[in-house]
Amino acid sequence: MSLTALDFPPIAELLEWPGILFDGTAFELNKVGLIYLFALVAPVMIFYLAKRRYAQAPAIVAPRGIQTVAETSVEFVRESIVMQTIGPDGLRYLPFLLSIFFFVFFANITEVIPFIQFPANSRMAAPFFLAIVVWLVFNGVGIKHHGLFGYLKNVVIPPGVPKALLPLVALIEFVSTFLVRPFSLAVRLFANMLAGHLLLVTFAVLTTALWDPSPLAAIVWAPFIMLIGLTGFEILVAFLQAFIFTILTAVYIGGALHPEH
Amino acid sequence: MLDILAQADNAVDGLKAVGAGLGYGLAAIGPGVGIGLVVGNAITAMARQPESAGMVRTTMFLGIAFTEALALIGFVVFILLNFA
Repeated sequence: MSLTALDFPPIAELLEWPGILFDGTAFELNKVGLIYLFALVAPVMIFYLAKRRYAQAPAIVAPRGIQTVAETSVEFVRESIVMQTIGPDGLRYLPFLLSIFFFVFFANITEVIPFIQFPANSRMAAPFFLAIVVWLVFNGVGIKHHGLFGYLKNVVIPPGVPKALLPLVALIEFVSTFLVRPFSLAVRLFANMLAGHLLLVTFAVLTTALWDPSPLAAIVWAPFIMLIGLTGFEILVAFLQAFIFTILTAVYIGGALHPEH
Repeated sequence: MLDILAQADNAVDGLKAVGAGLGYGLAAIGPGVGIGLVVGNAITAMARQPESAGMVRTTMFLGIAFTEALALIGFVVFILLNFA
């Protein structure tokens, strides 16, 4: 195959996977489903093993191995997400935010793990579901702390708006809080992972297309180096998207908890 | 003019592809400038007050996330036009 015969695979081939387990039943699992199960089990295992090691070793001993991973991640989410956006009274939401962070991160990072190489979050279902969960949680927090009408008033009436503009501002605030927030939260994660996946596929296809005995093989190193560089970049993106999803969740919860006055 | 184009499927597909490409390119201009402004000002702030770097970094990522959403919606439109 030469560059002139370069075929980009159809999008369905890149994103739709046949069932692997329990084929034909209602519990059919394909690659995406298995990645989600992995993203569910992996953090549980990390914290279970860390807890067991913590119970074995006395507290004086410096943490090592898996315990370091658990402690660093908890400290990271606590110090740079919860404390920066909600404040000390947001610490009760730390387990929720930490679960979201780990689930999104493990479903993203499979993008660059060899032989899996598919970010499960590039299918819309899970980002959309996570966004609905976040929507329910931040609205629930707001209603619990301010009552239904108090919360609605906090949302739609920002402080210091002239009376004449109030209907317009109220409408904009209502739409942006209750409709745009979950939509943009889901689309941001989904589109970032899909774009990253397509980018990696593009350079992988280009590399294999140039890998043939023709004069064009002389530049096969160029897409290959791009592929390696982009793989590193996608590790960063996988982490950053998990971070951003978690931090936005924290911001929404914080906004529902402490309205602006 | 539009009638003639509508009769030729290939031309419509071609226009779709051109529209998708142009649409994504246009959608990327604003967020490109916006993210540049956000990060540039965040770097200025961090250089002036290194002790506030943690807070500035968190806010910077928030700003990037909000700005970037527009470009990503453009990308989704591109995918929908080309593949859906």
